[in-house]
Amino acid sequence: MQRHTIAILVNDKPGVLTRVATLFGQRGFNIDSITVGGSEEEGLSRMVISTGGDEQQINQLMKQLHKLIDVISVTHLSANPYVSRELALIKVSASPSQLAELNAIVEPFRASIVDVGPESLIIQVTGDSEKIDALLILLQNYGVLELTRTGSVAMARSIVPAEAAETV
Amino acid sequence: MSVEIAELRKHGAPQIQFGEEVTGAEALLRCLILEGVEHIFGYPGGAVLPIYDSLYGSYFKHILTRHEQGAIHAADGYARATGKPGVCIATSGPGATNLVTGIATAQMDSVPLICITGNVSQKLIGTDAFQEANITGITIPITKHNYFVRDVRDLPRIVKEAFYIATTGRPGPVLIDIPKDVATAKAPFYYPDKVEIRGYRATLVPSDEEVKQFVDAIRSAKKPVIMAGGGIIAAGADKELLAFAEKTRIPVISTFMGLGGFPGTHELSLGMPGMHGNYTANQAILNTDCLIGLGVRFDDRITMGRTKEFAPHARIVHVDIDPAELGKNVATAVSVAGDVKSTLQKAIPLVSACDTADWIRQLREWQQQRPYKYKKDGNVLKPQAVIELLYRTTQGEAVITTDVGQHQMWTAQYYKFKHARSLISSGGLGTMGFGFPAAIGAQIANPGRTVIAVVGDGGFQMTSQELAILNQYKIPVKVAILNNQCLGMVRQWQELFYEHRYSEIDLSCSPDFVKLAEAYGVKGLRASTPEEAERVWAEALQYDGPVVVDFRVEQEENVYPMVAAGDTLDQMKLGED
Repeated sequence: MQRHTIAILVNDKPGVLTRVATLFGQRGFNIDSITVGGSEEEGLSRMVISTGGDEQQINQLMKQLHKLIDVISVTHLSANPYVSRELALIKVSASPSQLAELNAIVEPFRASIVDVGPESLIIQVTGDSEKIDALLILLQNYGVLELTRTGSVAMARSIVPAEAAETV
Repeated sequence: MSVEIAELRKHGAPQIQFGEEVTGAEALLRCLILEGVEHIFGYPGGAVLPIYDSLYGSYFKHILTRHEQGAIHAADGYARATGKPGVCIATSGPGATNLVTGIATAQMDSVPLICITGNVSQKLIGTDAFQEANITGITIPITKHNYFVRDVRDLPRIVKEAFYIATTGRPGPVLIDIPKDVATAKAPFYYPDKVEIRGYRATLVPSDEEVKQFVDAIRSAKKPVIMAGGGIIAAGADKELLAFAEKTRIPVISTFMGLGGFPGTHELSLGMPGMHGNYTANQAILNTDCLIGLGVRFDDRITMGRTKEFAPHARIVHVDIDPAELGKNVATAVSVAGDVKSTLQKAIPLVSACDTADWIRQLREWQQQRPYKYKKDGNVLKPQAVIELLYRTTQGEAVITTDVGQHQMWTAQYYKFKHARSLISSGGLGTMGFGFPAAIGAQIANPGRTVIAVVGDGGFQMTSQELAILNQYKIPVKVAILNNQCLGMVRQWQELFYEHRYSEIDLSCSPDFVKLAEAYGVKGLRASTPEEAERVWAEALQYDGPVVVDFRVEQEENVYPMVAAGDTLDQMKLGED
C-alpha cells in the first residue's frame, strides 16, 4: 500500500475533527498520523494526515472529504514535491556520564538533549519521518523508555514541476 | 418579501416581523414558514416542549405519528413524493435515536429531510442527563450535515443553511439539534436572504467542453444503452431523459431508484437491471458498447460487486451530480460532474439519432423471449398476480410505496411506473417498516392521488402502529399486504443457498390483519384466491378512506430472475418453468 500525505483546510469549529476522522473510518481508511493546528487564515485550521491506499482509493477519499460541509479544500501533498517535518521527544535510559557519547550520536541529526535526569534523558529531534526513524534505531541500544511523535506537518514546495499540485 | 411567501400567506401563513424579540422555538417556526413548510411530522417530549408550545394553535399541520420512526419515514415519503424537504421533530435522547434508521434511509437514497431534535440544556450537556444523547455525534456518518445550536442568535442562519444543504447538490438529510435553553432564549428575529457556505459547491453545470465529450462518446455507438437512476428523479430530469432517448433512439434501463423516471410503458424502456432485473436489461448491459449512466451510482445490486466484469464490452459514460460517485465503483471512459438535468438540456441540441435499429430489434427479441414470468396455479393467489392487479386497476397512475424484500422486487417487476416520484421505496438502506409510514407522507403530499403501500407481513409489523393516525388525519392510504406468513426473501435465500434450512422466518403467529385494521377503526379486507383478490381490491379502491387488504399469497414463491450474490449478470437464474 502506498503512503500518502494530504492537507485539509477546515473550519475551526467544534466537532470538525470528529467529522474528518469518522469519514476515514467510514470509508475504511486508517489514519497513520494527524496534525491539526492554525492556518494562515483566522477561523480555519489545517489538518495534515498520513494514510495508505492506491491512487484510486486516495482520489475517492479526497472527493468524499470535500463533501464535508466544513472542509474548504483538500490537497494531495505527496503527489508533488513537498516539505514534511515531524518533532519527536525520546526518553532514553542513560546516566549523566553517557552524555558526551549520546551528544555525539544526536549531533549529526541536529537533535538536542533537552532534559537530563539521574537515569534517563530526553532527546528532541525534528525532521522528516525517516530521519527520526533512523535516530531511533541508533538509540535502541540504550533503551527507549518513552517516545512521543507529533505526526507530520507538511507543505507543498514553492516550485513544483509543470503539473500543479492536485487540489479538489 | 418574496413571492413564495406572499403565496404562503394565501394559505394562512402569518406575517413575520423582522426585529421582533422572540424565543428560539418561535424563531424556528418562523424560519420554517419562510422556507415554505406546511406539514411537520413529529412526536413531542421534554426537550422539545418549548417548540411544541410554539406550535400550539399555529399555522402548521402537525402529524402526530405513533413512533418517531413513523414520523421520519412519513417525512421521507412526503419529500420523495414532492421533491420538497420533509420536516420532522423529535425530542432528545430516545426520540432522537428513534430517528436514526430514517436518517440513514434518507441519506442512502439522497432524500432532502430536515430533522429537528431537542436536547437537554447546555448546562447539562455532557453530564449524562435524563434523555441526553449525543445525536450530532451519532448522526455524523448518516447525515449530509448536522448542527448543534449553541446560541439562539445563530438559529435562523443555521436553519437557512440546513434547508439549502438538504435541497441543493446531491440532496440529503440535515439534522439540527437544539438544546432546551436555546429554544427558550430570546433574540431579535431576522432571517438571512442568502446562504454563503465556503467550500460547498451546490450546483454543478457541466462546461460546454464536458458536454461535447459526453456527446462525442455516444455518437459512434452501435449498441448504446442508457442506465437511468434516482438522479433523474431528484433532478426533475424525466422530460429531458425522454427527449434525449427519443432523439438519439437509445433504449433506457431504469435502475430500481430510477423507476418512473422514464415511462415503463415506452417502446424504448427496458425496465430494471441487476440482481432481480429482467433478462433483457441485463443482456443489454452485457452486450452494450456504450453504457450511459445518468444519475446512477453503479451499486452492488447491479454490478453484483464484480465491477471489472460489468458491461465488459462498453465504454462507460457517467453523469452524476456527486463528483465522488464518478469512478467510485466502475472505471469510466467519460465522466461528467454535473446536474443531469442541465447536462441533458445542453446535450439534446447536439445529439442526433444513433443507428440503433438492429440493436433495438435484438433487444425486442429478448424481451419477447424472456419477459418476467411466473407460474399461475389455479386457485392459489400468486403475489405477482396481486401486483399485476394493482397495475391493471390503477394503470400505472398510483403512488406506490414498498418495504423491502420479495414484494418490493415484484412491485418493481410487475408495476409499470409511468411518472417520476411514483415509486417510493428504500433502495439503498433497504429499510423494512418504511413503506407504510412513507405512504402516509406521500398521501398527505398528494391528497388527490391513489397511494398504495405494498408491504410484506414482516415489514408491516415494524411500523403498523401508524394505523392509528389514518382516521385522525383522514389519510386514505390503501395498504396491500402480500402476506406469505414468513420472511419471504430470507426464506428464498435459505432455500437456495442454505439447503432449505429455514432459520427464524416463521411469521405465522402474526395478528389477523383485518382485525388489527378494525381495531384502529380502519376497514380491513382479505383475499385468498385470485377471484377474491379482484373483488376485494375493487372494493378497496372504491372505498373513500383507508383500507388494509390482507392478500394471502403463496408462501413458497421465489423472485426470479435472480443473479446470486457473487455471480455476474450472465449467470442469471430464470426460475422454474
